[in-house]
Amino acid sequence: MKLTTTLLTSTALTVAAGVAAHAQEMANDMTFVSWGGAYQASQQNAYAEPYKEMHPEVSVVWDESSNEAVAKLRAMNEAGNITWDLVDVVAADAMRLCDEGLAMEIDHDEVLADAPDGTEASDDFGDLIVSDCFIPQIVYSTTFGYRTDMVPEGVEAPNDICDVWDTETYPGKRSLEKRPINNMEWALLCDGVAKDEVYDVLATDDGQQRALDKLGEIKDDVIWWSAGADTPQLLADGEVFMGSTYNGRLFSAIVEQDQPIAMMWDAQVFDLDGWIVPAGLPEDRLARVMDFLHFATDTQRLADQAAYISYGPARASSAPMVGKHAELGIDMAPHMPTDPNNAKNTFLYNYEFWADYRDDIDAKFQAWLAQ
Amino acid sequence: MSNLTVDIPRPPLNGFTLPLMAVFAGCFGFVVGNVFAQPLIGFLIGAVVGAGVALLAHNLPRSRRNVRLGLIAIFGLIGLILVGPGAMVAGLLIGAVLSWAAYWLDSGAYRSRVPIYYTAGQTLWHNSFLFICGLVFFFLIAPLLPVMWLSFNAQNFFTFTPEMLNFQAEGYSLKHYRDFLGTEEWMVPLKNSLIIAPFATFISVSLGTLAAIGLSQSHVPGRQAIMAILISPMIVPLIISATGMFFFYAPLGNWLEATLGLNRSFVGYLKVILAHAALGVPFVIITVTATLVGFDKSLTRASANMGADPVTTFFRVQMPLILPGVISGGLFAFITSFDEVVVVLFVGSAQQQTLPWQMFTGLREQISPTILAAATILVTVSICLLTTVELLRRRSERLRGLSPG
Repeated sequence: MKLTTTLLTSTALTVAAGVAAHAQEMANDMTFVSWGGAYQASQQNAYAEPYKEMHPEVSVVWDESSNEAVAKLRAMNEAGNITWDLVDVVAADAMRLCDEGLAMEIDHDEVLADAPDGTEASDDFGDLIVSDCFIPQIVYSTTFGYRTDMVPEGVEAPNDICDVWDTETYPGKRSLEKRPINNMEWALLCDGVAKDEVYDVLATDDGQQRALDKLGEIKDDVIWWSAGADTPQLLADGEVFMGSTYNGRLFSAIVEQDQPIAMMWDAQVFDLDGWIVPAGLPEDRLARVMDFLHFATDTQRLADQAAYISYGPARASSAPMVGKHAELGIDMAPHMPTDPNNAKNTFLYNYEFWADYRDDIDAKFQAWLAQ
Repeated sequence: MSNLTVDIPRPPLNGFTLPLMAVFAGCFGFVVGNVFAQPLIGFLIGAVVGAGVALLAHNLPRSRRNVRLGLIAIFGLIGLILVGPGAMVAGLLIGAVLSWAAYWLDSGAYRSRVPIYYTAGQTLWHNSFLFICGLVFFFLIAPLLPVMWLSFNAQNFFTFTPEMLNFQAEGYSLKHYRDFLGTEEWMVPLKNSLIIAPFATFISVSLGTLAAIGLSQSHVPGRQAIMAILISPMIVPLIISATGMFFFYAPLGNWLEATLGLNRSFVGYLKVILAHAALGVPFVIITVTATLVGFDKSLTRASANMGADPVTTFFRVQMPLILPGVISGGLFAFITSFDEVVVVLFVGSAQQQTLPWQMFTGLREQISPTILAAATILVTVSICLLTTVELLRRRSERLRGLSPG
């Protein structure tokens, strides 16, 4: 059965791929795993609802478990009971799941739709396919937001990543994520390390200590967060002056909730989020998931998602199609992390580095936190 | 009872009422002063105000009502002028408490509940005890009030906005209630909870009651050991039970699906219901065992003597007498299942997402006040439920002539 499918799909045109999948029996219940909140709502609106309109027999259940997807997939695999059909994870988790054989390897050109101009999917996504199991959806960034009404009088609003460390000019608490990733890089940047040398320095013990020492300068002023919703809440309360979080969360607080907050895009760190398919799905469920994936990751659907949340679509061909916010009617392009005005100074998250050093630096960071 | 009453002498002003009121009001002043970052000055002003209130109460004992109303109004007005409508409410409350305390002390009413021979120390302890009891209730209930208040927030944050504190209409909205009642995101978990909890309760009540009756028979060998095993889900940390249940139910579920061809979502519900039933059994066993202690065994023998078989005896004689224990055990079992988040996270799949699960993930990922609306509704519903059960219980006791009330 599997061989037939492979034969059929590989010989057929892209359009026929869907038909081939239809040829076999497809399950009608799907369980998607995502992050909840505005992000999950954007996926529901842009992908799941239109798909359900085309296939009224399909029902979708959402599980907000992306945070512990790796642990849960391990447990499910061990128990031989995979209840998830499609899992939304960050790229780093996708790489781990792929290495452990918990996620299925995908032939991107075969499974995913071509761009409208005929570009193959793998070229359209380009470098963003960081793992064989990973189907990118969005580019998001981790960046800082600050309270506009807490900027001292006569002082320019913060526009430099090192303003985070400048507690004299900008008094008030800061909120930073309770993990080394991003914080260590920012600390080194503000300690005078050139951007292209950051990871070289961070690979050494001295460099790690240097980053922790730099973070130590503001340790007393930091509230550590662990959920993406924490910083918007702290900013809305006025408990912190500035804080890092995902740019979509800040967009929601600023534009949709009308809070006195502004973005400080400087040294924003890009990261990717996308789907993986758990390994070992029964055939009928796999067929349904593949059919959905083909639909939900095409150029139009990825561009549609940007109408609900300010994350950049992962396909190059989707970028020109980004339109207006679905409810507020404002132009979404200026709010994208990839917009030229926002992306003047960006920082690229280094997957290989963190894959190698994460456990080690994590331990040092947690020990430093507890001091 | 004779109508012998003893007049309580009025305590002295300078040696008693005035200093006590000064300290008491000083504490309020300290708290209010903290808001303006001047706690010590607040304490001093509070002490002076307290002394003034004590003087008023001492010199105008007859016009208690008018003085109290006047004081309340003045405090409210000060709050309104100094800060705003929010502070007015605080001012009204402080005025009411202070003026009440002044008259309570001055008229000697603090001795009205204790025997006349009590020493000063005993009286002090009596009143402190009442005060501590009041504090216990306060700390139990007070955390709920901001939750209920915040659930009417017009914003999507857990924040008291200036509009809310000033009681302006635009600071309030019912949108979180609309979110709760109008979206699948919350209604599906509510439906799941309402499916799972009653079934789990039914199973644990049936099995728990049977087990308790069996274990109350003296001839059962190894009673203590069986009891310990049955109660263990209550003692073992939940996370350990949950992990064990996950690995126990996963292959069982697979087998039910593959071999018996049962529906996937039906099997999912079944797993969660059985897991929750196991968690609820200990509560039923404990409450039913407790009521069985007072059960007169000769009644069953009398029933058998009159020709009733054991099943009839159970339903007609024993069950009605131990019903209060069964019902309260059932309530505990229901609440255990309805509140449970750890086991369902492990055993259930997303289709069986229950209300606590949704609240848990919502709190972690979104911090949306919809959780507060859900909590408010749940608290209201449980208060209504418990009141109804208690009223019904009293009614049936009255009908059966068990209590005079």
